[in-house]
Amino acid sequence: MMQEIVRSVGIDIGTSTTQLVFSRLVVENLAGNYAVPRISIVEKEVIYRSKIYFTPLRSPTEIDTEKVKEIVRGEYAAAGIRPEDLQTGAVIITGDTARKQNANQVLEALSDMAGDFVVATAGPDLESVLSARGAGADVISEEHRTTVANIDIGGGTSNIALYEKGTLRGVSCLDIGGRLIKVEQGRISWIFPKIHALAQKHGIALEVGDPAKEQTLYELCTIMAGHLAQALGLLPKDGDHVGLYTNDGSPIPTEPAVRGVTFSGGVADCVYDPEPGDVFRYGDIGVLLGRAIRNHAAFQTVELFRAAETIRATVVGAGTHTTEVSGSTITYEKDRLPIKNIPILRVSEDDEAHLDTLSASIRTQMAMYRPEGVTEQVAIALSGAGRTSFQAVQQLADAILDGGREVVDSSHPLIVVVENDIGKVLGNAMKVKLEHKKDVICIDGIRTRSGDYIDIGAPIAGGHVVPVVIKTLIFNS
Amino acid sequence: MDQKDLKAIIEQVLSEMHITGDTAKAATAAVQEACTSGTCSQIEEGCIPDVTEVDIRTQYLVKNPEHGEEYAELKAHAPCRLGIGKAGARYKTTPQLQFRAAHSAAQDAVFNDVDHDFVEKEMGLFIVQTQCDSKDVYLTRPDLGRKLSPEAVQTLKERCKKSPTVQIYVADGLSSAAVAANIPDLLPALLQGLQSYKIDVGTPFFVKYGRVGVMDEISELLDAEVTCTLIGERPGLITAESMSAYIAYRATVGMPEARRTVLSNIHRNGTIPSEAGAHIAEIIKIMLEKKASGTDLKL
Repeated sequence: MMQEIVRSVGIDIGTSTTQLVFSRLVVENLAGNYAVPRISIVEKEVIYRSKIYFTPLRSPTEIDTEKVKEIVRGEYAAAGIRPEDLQTGAVIITGDTARKQNANQVLEALSDMAGDFVVATAGPDLESVLSARGAGADVISEEHRTTVANIDIGGGTSNIALYEKGTLRGVSCLDIGGRLIKVEQGRISWIFPKIHALAQKHGIALEVGDPAKEQTLYELCTIMAGHLAQALGLLPKDGDHVGLYTNDGSPIPTEPAVRGVTFSGGVADCVYDPEPGDVFRYGDIGVLLGRAIRNHAAFQTVELFRAAETIRATVVGAGTHTTEVSGSTITYEKDRLPIKNIPILRVSEDDEAHLDTLSASIRTQMAMYRPEGVTEQVAIALSGAGRTSFQAVQQLADAILDGGREVVDSSHPLIVVVENDIGKVLGNAMKVKLEHKKDVICIDGIRTRSGDYIDIGAPIAGGHVVPVVIKTLIFNS
Repeated sequence: MDQKDLKAIIEQVLSEMHITGDTAKAATAAVQEACTSGTCSQIEEGCIPDVTEVDIRTQYLVKNPEHGEEYAELKAHAPCRLGIGKAGARYKTTPQLQFRAAHSAAQDAVFNDVDHDFVEKEMGLFIVQTQCDSKDVYLTRPDLGRKLSPEAVQTLKERCKKSPTVQIYVADGLSSAAVAANIPDLLPALLQGLQSYKIDVGTPFFVKYGRVGVMDEISELLDAEVTCTLIGERPGLITAESMSAYIAYRATVGMPEARRTVLSNIHRNGTIPSEAGAHIAEIIKIMLEKKASGTDLKL
């Protein structure tokens, strides 16, 4: 059976640490010789792990781009990998770092230098998913036939993803982390405002400059651990809880109930394997937070599973789980690929029910992608459910061309992303209807949501599929 | 349903069974009598559930299973007749009926002829025949199903474009049901796909009682660079509607079977016909570029 190796990089620039992994993804055609190809990623393996660096900052609000580049360059050299050896990958800015003023520029600078098809990506939802998959919560939940929540506790945020028997059920993100209070030379040197307020609410007096008292800070960490338990529904939610979600986000659903938990992120090692020694040895409250979670009564009510990765969960997730492959029968123009950072114009399921509302939905949404009167490149996305007959596909093609007239008239290629396996016939229909005067990219087997962005790579596996990364580019404010 | 409808249906069935005249009259009279004598009033409303409507991927009938949920999830991957329980040493009634229904559908697919009106009027294909003159001959003499009748040779010479880049035709093969189920989506999608690659196509037609091998004679006769037949597959118990495409570059009579490229399992629960058509168009495009087919062509 034909196999192809795709090399991928994952770079994670987090609140406290910056890391990088290289991995190999094995792509294989699972269909027999006499069937339409069905190409899937069948194996994922991390082949190189970088050292773990403190994220270099120029000021509390600015990332040191040059230093980050240096780290990345050094690790590429150490691994003996050149950017042109890579077919895919992701640079992800996570946690508190995404709040830095120059987060966006850093992403762009890195994704250009790290490889031709290395995409910039960020956003707390995606982070939750990537860390949970890196930690193996999805696999554990499937193998144990249970519901497992992974909590990735980094320096600035805790990302939660809930899996039930291998299927994602919800994500959320809280402003709880090991570095939200910093300790230097026995004194508190910095307190994150939300945590400051939380301490005050509970009558714990804490100010920058105070001596770091283990007892007081452990008490605060127990309250923080309690909020993590509330976020999983292990405790009833109190009045302060809602304010702790990042970007005014919302909790994971109350159903299905959490029955198992894994921990990842820097604090996870302090949960699983607490080591004796100075609790402030990392200059923060990470060790105390880990201990508080381990000892918290609420966490004794669920099964504790060991994560496959702890501090490296997010970067492993970014390196191995961001890339998917499209369906194996698709339409594309080779010269137009790869393309990056294309916003998704999603037609809702309701609008898709009728051809006229489908067209209208595309037409109205196009207005959002015309920032200065010039049409931006977009990817029109829909499910295509139920439209499989030749006739139905022709009508669908007409409706898309009608609604997307603006794209057709622009210099951009027409990009259509469908879930249902009709990418090739729909692409052909549009090409023929446009009398071959327009480049058409029509891929299937890809699920998207409104507000997502898409990257489409150069074809692999004998040109049957393209690697695709679906991401969010929303930065924490 | 009232008495009049019932009578009409019975008359229709009888006429289809070629029972006419006195026998028919006697039969309808008997029904009429049965109805007036009051038995009709006991006809129940409602219907018996159609056993073929059940998706056997979701059917799990084992009682008190050890790992029912996991088994059911595995079953969802393939339409196999497993995990269907048993009644003593036998199958349960539903799986038994489903099995027989599937077997009957397979038999029907083989023994029924494709509807000529459908082929000519709806698909716009003219019909030619191999040297088989009946279904019985077709099923018992595979060799004759690989040769065109003299009339067919004449018709193709008259009506088909000569030396096309691609010659496409449809054949019943071993499933007339596959032709009816797939060709309305498969053929136009294939033609549109070729059009999108700007590849010239000959005149499509339908071969009755055709086996795969007849494509070699057709290829030689019309001097086609690539010949593609869309043909009904031998039905199984999963579907009776599966279709294959056999495609060959410069097919010649007597060439090795290994020179044919095959795409199988085209039906609504396999590769959907419209997408399959688009895919076949691409295979043909590659075949024209590489000037090879079958095992000589790496796709």
